[in-house]
Amino acid sequence: MVATVETIEAVEQATGAYKYGFVTDIETEKAPRGLSEDVIRFISAKKLEPEWMLDWRLKAYRYWLKMTPPDWAKLNVPPIDYDDIYYYAAPKSAEAPKSLDEVDPELLRTYEKLGIPLNEQKMLAGVAVDAVFDSVSVATTFREELAKAGVIFCPISEAIREYPDLVRKYMGSVVPVSDNYFSALNSAVFTDGSFVYIPDGVRCPMELSTYFRINEKNTGQFERTLIIAEDSSYVSYLEGCTAPQRDENQLHAAVVELVAQADAEIKYSTVQNWYPGDETGKGGIYNFVTKRGACRGDRSKISWTQVETGSAITWKYPSCVLKGKDSVGEFYSVAVTNGAQQADTGTKMIHLGEGSRSTIISKGISAGRSNNTYRGLVEMNKAAENSRNFTQCDSLLVGDTCGAHTVPYMVSRNPSAKIEHEATTSRISEDQLFYCLQRGLDEEEAVSLIVNGFCKEVMKELPMEFAVEAQKLIGISLEGSVG
Amino acid sequence: MSLLEIKNLHARINDTDILHGIDLTIGRGEVHAIMGPNGSGKSTLSYVLSGRDGYEVTGGDILLDGKSVLEMEADERGRAGMFLAFQYPVELPGVGGMAFLRAAVNARLREAGKDEVDQLEFVKMVRAEAKGLGIKDDMLKRPVNVGFSGGEKKRYEILQMALLKPSLAILDETDSGLDVDALKIVSEGVNLLRSAERGMLVITHYQRLLNHIVPDQVHILAGGRIVKSGDKTLALEVEENGYAGLGDAA
Repeated sequence: MVATVETIEAVEQATGAYKYGFVTDIETEKAPRGLSEDVIRFISAKKLEPEWMLDWRLKAYRYWLKMTPPDWAKLNVPPIDYDDIYYYAAPKSAEAPKSLDEVDPELLRTYEKLGIPLNEQKMLAGVAVDAVFDSVSVATTFREELAKAGVIFCPISEAIREYPDLVRKYMGSVVPVSDNYFSALNSAVFTDGSFVYIPDGVRCPMELSTYFRINEKNTGQFERTLIIAEDSSYVSYLEGCTAPQRDENQLHAAVVELVAQADAEIKYSTVQNWYPGDETGKGGIYNFVTKRGACRGDRSKISWTQVETGSAITWKYPSCVLKGKDSVGEFYSVAVTNGAQQADTGTKMIHLGEGSRSTIISKGISAGRSNNTYRGLVEMNKAAENSRNFTQCDSLLVGDTCGAHTVPYMVSRNPSAKIEHEATTSRISEDQLFYCLQRGLDEEEAVSLIVNGFCKEVMKELPMEFAVEAQKLIGISLEGSVG
Repeated sequence: MSLLEIKNLHARINDTDILHGIDLTIGRGEVHAIMGPNGSGKSTLSYVLSGRDGYEVTGGDILLDGKSVLEMEADERGRAGMFLAFQYPVELPGVGGMAFLRAAVNARLREAGKDEVDQLEFVKMVRAEAKGLGIKDDMLKRPVNVGFSGGEKKRYEILQMALLKPSLAILDETDSGLDVDALKIVSEGVNLLRSAERGMLVITHYQRLLNHIVPDQVHILAGGRIVKSGDKTLALEVEENGYAGLGDAA
């Protein structure tokens, strides 16, 4: 049986057994609005962190104070008041919807189309619910199975306490605290995220998904994920979900670090569908994410696959540092923007090791009044003898008020390295649309078919269950964009 | 009641009037051919009937089963039983043929309030139809029309027609770009689909197609009007004398 199927069955069993689980309302102490060293001390104390972790956070904070937000992306970001944000256990604001009646009807329509049960709709929309599904019990079931294989999969806050040596060794080793404005902020204030450790020679027995992780509420804002794959190990990690999620926190600044040792392989798949806001973009999430993987060992491989359909603004460049000899980096991306959405996304492939290879397949789909930019760097360094990159960037325009942009950067310091870049821009033609309509498909189905055809090379990289949902999602994201 | 009634149909595209009052009635089980020189409005007629965007009806009416289709979108007309075999079938890169065919069949089934077709059953159904048209499995696996030869594209159109079982089939210059052998296969496919329930409108420039698909009636279209109608011998007349002299606008 496929691991994911087992996973789903186990969840069903666990949810069946625990369907009467209620979340007890524990009064939490809340840190005040705004950011200061005291707030960071508060977070660290709340998490029962060791001294070194607090020092690390403070160091990051001091860097951050001196930094400025990046302004090179083709994004129009309204100014963010960092003193107006709750960095720990934000109380439900008066603006939070009290029932589904107060939620954007467009969002509810999408939930219905995706077939999401009512209670889950409420959770996703940020409506307070009495009884929620008890994720703790489910996660426990999985952790037992994973423990048998020697795999560690737990909240990062727990890893900091339980596996301090591993965390200390690797956290910040791929994305240094001072890497960029948002990663520094994340390093100072992250509240939770995932930690994964796959020991030597172990093939992780199931696809790991954040869905099954014990997670505190309101931790989506500054997530921190660290995945370590030791020699000859393998892990596939799934992040996100296809349902559009509302969140009171407008700013999301996550950091994900991957480390692949010799002959190890990490496959990281994301479906990002944070609330894009209403048609003017109001209320939408700003998703400013730093994701980077280090192929440290020879013949190691890191593969990023992302389907980005949500958020008002996306700033995201999952990258690979290819240090190991013959190491492999891959980036497969579908980015869909509609309405007033803006996305500036792509990758960096930094070739350091001899014979390293990278592949970039990016499919950008723009509709409405949106702007969609691919930005990518391929860098061949001196020691990257006989390294190769192949990049293909395709843009598809739907309608005539959107923008698609491709900004490739290429640096080669080694004459034996090869870089190939192909780019196309096309439109859904009226011919194609009419052909589908004539056969009886309605416009939405027709656009969905054509767009999914355009993205096929990327979609086939997604795990099966994810792929089916993601296809549906792409269709829904483009609704009302034609005609 | 007739299957299709076209009444005094006027239509334009981009402010240019193309059809100047067409009257045509097709009954179930009948095959009508429309012949005409280039620019006479043949393709326009096929697009106006099937409801393509940009083709504006400025007068008259089109009735399918006695009901006007003018207010219906192209996809609604498709599901109501109209099928257009394209002169130039369109490529859909990355769109799997089977998925496309199944989506089209299911759209019709849904409209009729029936259950969607099961995937395995559908594959069997397609293979059975494809065999008669000389369509190989390999072609069914490729994206829709991508990398197909001219003949393959036309056979694929007929395959779709066989699967969708339209009440009215419009064949727009199905013979164009076909060699003699391909023409034979396609025509045989079409003839197998002739039935007492189905009407066909065969649009062509040349008479040769009508040797294979023998029409009940032939109409000559010139200058956006039907200038002459007759039985199959009219096509032979055109073959001999050309379109000249068949109407004021020809």
